Amino acid sequence: MDLLSQLQRQLADFTASLYREGFVDDQFTQLQKLQDESSPEFVVEVVSLFFEDCEKLVNNMAKALEQQVVDFKQVDSHVHQLKGSSSSIGAARIKNVCIAFKTFCEAQNREGCLRCLQQVNHEHAQLKTNLQTLFTLERQIVANGGSIPAMQ
Amino acid sequence: MASSSSLSSSFSPSMGFDFDEKPHVLAVDDNSIDRKVMEKLLINSACKVTTAENGKMALKYLGLADGQHPNHSDLRVNMIITYYCIPGMTGYELLKRIKKSPTMKEIAVVIVSSENIPMRIKQRLEEGAQEFLLKPLQPSDVTKLRCHIKKLKNPSEGRLCRGK
Repeated sequence: MDLLSQLQRQLADFTASLYREGFVDDQFTQLQKLQDESSPEFVVEVVSLFFEDCEKLVNNMAKALEQQVVDFKQVDSHVHQLKGSSSSIGAARIKNVCIAFKTFCEAQNREGCLRCLQQVNHEHAQLKTNLQTLFTLERQIVANGGSIPAMQ
Repeated sequence: MASSSSLSSSFSPSMGFDFDEKPHVLAVDDNSIDRKVMEKLLINSACKVTTAENGKMALKYLGLADGQHPNHSDLRVNMIITYYCIPGMTGYELLKRIKKSPTMKEIAVVIVSSENIPMRIKQRLEEGAQEFLLKPLQPSDVTKLRCHIKKLKNPSEGRLCRGK
């Protein structure tokens, strides 16, 4: 098998595992479909935006949860934002944590919230690594004369 | 794609030409990721897009903000898509403001929500809103919206509504 075919096989397998393990869902596929020649970096851009936004929101949530008297409405509004954007890019695991997170906010359960926050951090780090691997594979394929499946 | 216009679409909306050019959509959402995705969805569906991060900015763009003179007879917006749950001014409040304006009330307003809204609120929205959609938006939603725009501009013409 030549290098290009190997890379393409690697990408296909890796991508399949991301879906299988619930890191991403169909919405991520939709996102990839939006990419075209006029915006060849669209997915990378949106994903970067998402991770930046996620970090900011997590910091805000952490600060709010550190307060003597926690403003759960504030925390909830940050979680709502994160739930929205994770849903939009297909970051399924993060979205699911947000759903649980919201319930704890509504119940004004600080411990529950802190646990969810930890989970968000964990999922964020994992997804970031996984997508970086995905994007690297895609770049290697393109560099070796191939094209990315989603763009065809 | 039918385009009889000889001008490029890089002209700003305020040029005031109204031959069969791309529909101009104003997309309102406080979430920057969702704005970017919505924008791309619409651009891919041959729309011209302006984004605003909240109702206040949207009204300002439309010339409807407090203290503004609604002197935008050359501003052409065919549709406004707004997220329902924006702090400061909800999509519903924005809808009401637009419908109160003699110049802008004919613009189709679409409300997007991330969860199903209670029936009573949905009913009020349906009084003024063109359509009610769930986030995340799909290409099929945008196709539906383009058909609305086409029908509004040319009631007899429906041939550009590509089914999916």
